[in-house]
Amino acid sequence: MSAEVEETLKRIQTHKGVIGTIVVNAEGNTTLITSTKVDYAGLLHQLTMKARSTVRDLDPQNDLTFLRIRSKKHEIMVAPDKEYLLIVIQNPSE
Amino acid sequence: MEIVHVYTKKRNEFGRQCNFSDRPAELHVDILPDPSLASNFIERDPCDIPIQCTQEMSEHEVNTERFESDTRGINHVEGGWPKDVNPQEMEQTIRFRKKVEKDEHYFSTIMQLGSNMEHCIKQNNAINIYQEYFEEEEVVEESEEQPSAKTINVFRDPNEIKRTATCLSWHPDGSCKLAVAYSSLGFQNISPDMSYDSYIWDIESPNKPEMTLKPVSLLVCLEYNPKDSHILVGGSYNGQIAYWDTRKGSQPVEMSTIEHSHRDPVYKVIWLQSKTGTDTFSASTDGQVLWWDIRKMSEPTERLVLDPNKKGNLDNALGAISLELDYPFVPTKFMVGTEQGLVVSCNRKAKTPAEKIVCTYSGHHGPIYALQRNPFFPKNFLTVADWTARIWSEDIKESSIMWTKYHMAYLSDGCWSPVRPSVFFTVKMDGTLDVWDFLFKQNDPTLSLKVCDEALYSLRVQDNGRFLACGSQLGTATLLEISPGLCTLQRNEKALATAMFERETKREKILEARHREMRLKERSRSEQSKDEDTKEGDGEESVEELATRTEAEFYEIVEAELKKRAKEQEKKVRRD
Repeated sequence: MSAEVEETLKRIQTHKGVIGTIVVNAEGNTTLITSTKVDYAGLLHQLTMKARSTVRDLDPQNDLTFLRIRSKKHEIMVAPDKEYLLIVIQNPSE
Repeated sequence: MEIVHVYTKKRNEFGRQCNFSDRPAELHVDILPDPSLASNFIERDPCDIPIQCTQEMSEHEVNTERFESDTRGINHVEGGWPKDVNPQEMEQTIRFRKKVEKDEHYFSTIMQLGSNMEHCIKQNNAINIYQEYFEEEEVVEESEEQPSAKTINVFRDPNEIKRTATCLSWHPDGSCKLAVAYSSLGFQNISPDMSYDSYIWDIESPNKPEMTLKPVSLLVCLEYNPKDSHILVGGSYNGQIAYWDTRKGSQPVEMSTIEHSHRDPVYKVIWLQSKTGTDTFSASTDGQVLWWDIRKMSEPTERLVLDPNKKGNLDNALGAISLELDYPFVPTKFMVGTEQGLVVSCNRKAKTPAEKIVCTYSGHHGPIYALQRNPFFPKNFLTVADWTARIWSEDIKESSIMWTKYHMAYLSDGCWSPVRPSVFFTVKMDGTLDVWDFLFKQNDPTLSLKVCDEALYSLRVQDNGRFLACGSQLGTATLLEISPGLCTLQRNEKALATAMFERETKREKILEARHREMRLKERSRSEQSKDEDTKEGDGEESVEELATRTEAEFYEIVEAELKKRAKEQEKKVRRD
């Protein structure tokens, strides 16, 4: 089972432009660090919580499915779930 | 007809409590209707009377006190580990992680999220959605718009007792911070409650300064180090120089010793372009220009006394108010603007102290508050003093090549625009800011803006030429943005400005030459008249001949000048 997980994550990492991948659990600690970007975990966790609560405040039936932050240098993508967060940092336009 | 009621009261009863009593009504005056008076009036029929039946409302304004808000952030560092896991212990964290990874739920979640994520990653790789599709062509703007400037922010002195903002300095990288030096330049105007602090403001937050600098005495001038944006040097009212490192706090890192500092307030301090990036020099009205290395502030590295007689005598020295370097061409030559209205050009590396002062430029009537070279034409510099601003050429020492008219208010500071060679700014004591563009209009400022009611004392343009800050007497620093027309280089501007400077320089040169010749003639004539007295009779004819000959020559020269002038005028007319 874990082999599939490993394979998925590896596949993600080998995509063009991907700089790093992080999996964060609900309490905000990282379970899988594949790059030295520990700071992302805590900060993005808080941001995702905030984004999710905003979406739900606007419409209680709604929920956050994906969060993308585009910055000058790269794009941070966050896929949220009830318990975990998958964070990928990609540099799209090389 | 007046109706009056007279009552008397004894003097010693004044101030006593009033005792009221009841009394039946008394008829004092009875005015009966007099029909004969009606003939003075004309009856009006019909009468228009508007009546409104509404609720009566009254208007009342209330303004709440300004609510000061502060922004705070929290940084989350280490995650929320469960109670039994000690985050410091590597083993425990690894064990916990492994445990989570074995969880079923983990698998399914990651698979699902993973596929989502892959979709987005592939999207990103497929098309760059932020790509510029239509590259904007070079917009050749002939901006017809009116030049304008608008105030963006106002930074007020937070202290009770307001001090004058005497000097401003922009942060060298990015210009998002402004350092303002506050002092009081009036003689003995410093009260004991006056705070000595100077502030560094962040442009975005005008309510509270970002950092405070606490000197020992009021700071008259303040400059950021262009090489190291954390270091500032300031000259203070008591003559000492101090330097700060913004990383190290509000107290100065080091101060110069009082014995070796200036004896008067330090009016200007400039950083020198040196390899170490730690050299500065300062000027003060005690007549000295001192060079300092900030690593060793106990003593100046060099000293120059501005004695016009070149003797190094401090008593005769001219008080210095402004400084300007000759960088980038000659880093050792510099100019000093003095209290007496002279601009002195000096060479630091001259061998004898007498040679240090190279030449002087006279023409102003009052202290020269600002002195700056044109960033595009270093041979021309701007001085701001008394009621005019003048532009000089280095070669002409007797007078300026261009000058503004005499204004109604004293000019207190000025500077060139760093992006346009023909634009400069001045501020006056009546609180107005003038923007001059001498290619557009020579007689008047292109834009004149009243910034505040009190006098403006200092002015500084940001390096991109777009923003400028001016400081006023009550310590208010105003940040203004100028319209793009005044800060983008127009076509041919450099060429036109060059032509104008050359033309004016030539005119002054010719005038100077003519003056010199006239003086020479005068001198020779006065010498000849002396000769006449001594050689009575003898050779009178030859003297007279000489006199007529010189007269004829003189007139010839004048005519030649007039012809030249006419040709210049023609050229000017043809060019315009």
